[in-house]
Amino acid sequence: MTQESENNTLGDNDRKAAALGSGADTVDAMQAAADGDQYLTFTLGEEEYGVDILRVQEIKGWQRTTPIPNTPHYVKGVINLRGTIVPVIDLRERFGMSAQEYSKFTVVVMVRVFSGSRERIMGLVVDALSEVYTFQPEQIRPAPEFGAALRTNFLRGLATVDDNKMVIILDVDELLSDEDLAIADDQSRIAAVVRADSEGGTEHGND
Amino acid sequence: MSVDLSQFLQTFFEESFEGLDTMESGLLELDPEQPNSETLNNVFRAAHSIKGGAGTFGLTAVSDFTHRLETLLDRLRDGTQSVTADRVNVLLNAVDCLRGMLEAIQNEQELDADALSNAQKRLDQELAAGDGGGGASATAPATEPATPPAAPQPSAGNPSPGGGDGTSRGGWWIRFEPEPHLFATGNDPRRLFLALQDLGDLEVECDTSGLPPLSGLDPETCQLAWTLRLHAAVEESAIREVFEWVEDDALIDIRPLDAVQPEEDSVAQEPGSASASAAPAPEASAGAGSGGGDGKGVAGKGGGKGGRGGGSGSASSIRVDTEKIDALIDMVGELVITQSMLSQIGKEFTEQRLEELQDGLAQLERNTRELQENVMRIRMVPISFAYSRLPRIVHDTSRALGKTVDFQMEGEQTELDKTVMEKIIDPLVHLVRNSVDHGIEAPEERTAAGKPETGTITIEAYHKGGNIIIEISDDGRGINRDKLLGKARAAGLVEDGSELADEQIYDLIFHPGLSTHDQATEYSGRGVGMDVVKRNVRSLSGNIHVRSTHGQGTTITISLPLTLSILDGQLFRVGDQTYIIPLVSVIESLQVDASKVSRVTSRGEVYHWREGYVPIVRLHELFDTEPVRKELAGGLMVIVEDEDTYLGVFVDDLLDQQQVVIKSLEANYLQVPGIAGATILGDGTVALILDIAGLIEMSRGGRRQPYIPQQDDADEAA
Repeated sequence: MTQESENNTLGDNDRKAAALGSGADTVDAMQAAADGDQYLTFTLGEEEYGVDILRVQEIKGWQRTTPIPNTPHYVKGVINLRGTIVPVIDLRERFGMSAQEYSKFTVVVMVRVFSGSRERIMGLVVDALSEVYTFQPEQIRPAPEFGAALRTNFLRGLATVDDNKMVIILDVDELLSDEDLAIADDQSRIAAVVRADSEGGTEHGND
Repeated sequence: MSVDLSQFLQTFFEESFEGLDTMESGLLELDPEQPNSETLNNVFRAAHSIKGGAGTFGLTAVSDFTHRLETLLDRLRDGTQSVTADRVNVLLNAVDCLRGMLEAIQNEQELDADALSNAQKRLDQELAAGDGGGGASATAPATEPATPPAAPQPSAGNPSPGGGDGTSRGGWWIRFEPEPHLFATGNDPRRLFLALQDLGDLEVECDTSGLPPLSGLDPETCQLAWTLRLHAAVEESAIREVFEWVEDDALIDIRPLDAVQPEEDSVAQEPGSASASAAPAPEASAGAGSGGGDGKGVAGKGGGKGGRGGGSGSASSIRVDTEKIDALIDMVGELVITQSMLSQIGKEFTEQRLEELQDGLAQLERNTRELQENVMRIRMVPISFAYSRLPRIVHDTSRALGKTVDFQMEGEQTELDKTVMEKIIDPLVHLVRNSVDHGIEAPEERTAAGKPETGTITIEAYHKGGNIIIEISDDGRGINRDKLLGKARAAGLVEDGSELADEQIYDLIFHPGLSTHDQATEYSGRGVGMDVVKRNVRSLSGNIHVRSTHGQGTTITISLPLTLSILDGQLFRVGDQTYIIPLVSVIESLQVDASKVSRVTSRGEVYHWREGYVPIVRLHELFDTEPVRKELAGGLMVIVEDEDTYLGVFVDDLLDQQQVVIKSLEANYLQVPGIAGATILGDGTVALILDIAGLIEMSRGGRRQPYIPQQDDADEAA
């Protein structure tokens, strides 16, 4: 409902997002009877990522953000989402990929994130939307350990489609936890957080 | 037929807590020498409603306990037992106990059995004392002058050894005179009579004297009255239970049959004598209004929802006056008219209509502002809710300390935001308690000082500008300036030899760990508390000040913003971003005079301003953005203040001053140092609101202080 009305107010640059949005609806209807969970997938460079579709609130085109001082470089700032202030995170930069110019085709996926008892809305900047897939729980394989070089706590698992394409399923709650949003663009601080992570795991209090 | 009662439980709790508040304020108002029967009636009715509700929800522990309480109240009311200060205290204790029980049930906790049995014992003792002594019954006619002498009260006529309601062996005489609107409340007298018939043999006599001629007959109103004779040896409460749901909509008079028989006719002419006259007849509610301020309509089961503005406790609902809502509807109507006018201009716009357009826009601005003000007003509640706990505090504290205090409250109708009100209650309680304990002297001391034995504490609230001012003043001993200063010096808070202004000295009482009281009491004197009060007030963006004259008294003034959701802001620009500073923090905006800029250790920059130096903070450095201007000379600087600390904020450009609506940054993100929140500007973009206290902290702690939850310590160590 919100998605529809939102799409109506968007300009040309969001046609693609809108088309994909309604595509999701038809797939939704088709797959409704089938078991398993649905995942909305999007691309970042060559890779395809998926998030639980029930966590997706709406899809918007890129709009100028208001930067917040002293936050990690991948927190692009905040936007006005119908009167509430919502942060926008660039997933490319979050994963350490090369930053890309925002164009009129850049898409922001609004997801609902739970930490403790709080529910928050955040925007994820992605290259483009891709598909909606249905996966059985057993189709999602755990991600292998990459050692200290790569944190994997935000990877829920890996799934395969069409026998050869890999989709990386993200756990948005882990991906957008407080620590990840707050650390500064500073190697020692990242190291401190990584160290704390490996020692005691991430803590999510009801703060 | 089963109804899910749990959905009404929350309403029951809300109404019960309101009822308890009414009982408390009524009891505190009671003067043992001249008990006001209307006040007693209010207290009784509140207790009765709680009992009825508790019974409906099957909370037997509550209804049994309330029943005892009600019995004692009933005897006080009809004069069987006299009102004494001790009895009032027993009743207050019972009210506390009842509140504790209801809170425990609401939070699904264990009942405090000790408190309950203790309160119950005290109630029972009072009840037993009344039965045994009987001396108090001599005063009965004086307190209930409306009672016809020929029809003595049931409990006075047949003292029942077991306590509780009387049982009339001969049966009961019942006069039932419904209000005309009885049918509109969904009640049918016939059903009541059928229910009575279940209790025993019933004679019904209909009184048609009130019927108008056929031409004037309105079939939807009840013009009849009934006289009933119930020949059954039942308790009075059983009959009252039948009438429970109509007691607010009818005059109900119940008497033992044998006592009433000969006087029947004359009694029927005297509706005013009804002991349960909770009916909203004009004279009755006028009387209720005079005793208790907000007493009217509280005891009502369904009728009394009008005037009260908000519930107590943790309930997050708010009751709004229908007038306020009507005003809003009117305003939205005007807005719609303006909008249609503007869209009509827009459709056929020519240059000639420019003036019309400007007029329309001005009107739109006015509409919007009015609408905003009125929407804000919905959240406004009278401060009397915050006041309501205070008389009890004064009563208990002064009694425990053996002082006599006259407590006066003024400006009860002054309105403020509900959130602000809820947060100011605890500081007020603390300050008032402090006034009784520290301020007011013992009676002997007062007499010796030539003051009246009874001390006076006044609390007053009024609006001033965009603020609400609350003043608490006492005529007690005042603050001993030298003693306070001595203690502060001893504690190392003030350097020896330094001179302080009076105001600065009095402000020391807000310092943690400092108390002028030599001995800590149960109530105050430990030196904690005042700093908490100050912190609470500051957290509401308010101010607190003390004025005191030694030997004559102390006045504490709290100034609070009317609402927390809107602030007056100074907009400014750094780089391509707009920021907002709360206007209350802005002391001065000035153009930087290069000759007044100095450097300390070649790093920190300070500005010579008003005979002092303020540190300069370049916001673009603190926030790591690209400014338009880096050269201080000739640029603009805003001098801001927080808790007497000053800071010069160097900015690119100053913009308008305007009211902004505060939006939380934390709701979907995190708390960010130096940022208090965000707002949405006219063009739909987001602007950040600066947190001056945080900014000062940041400017002291180095260039950038990113916030890492729970990681700071580890990081510092590394």
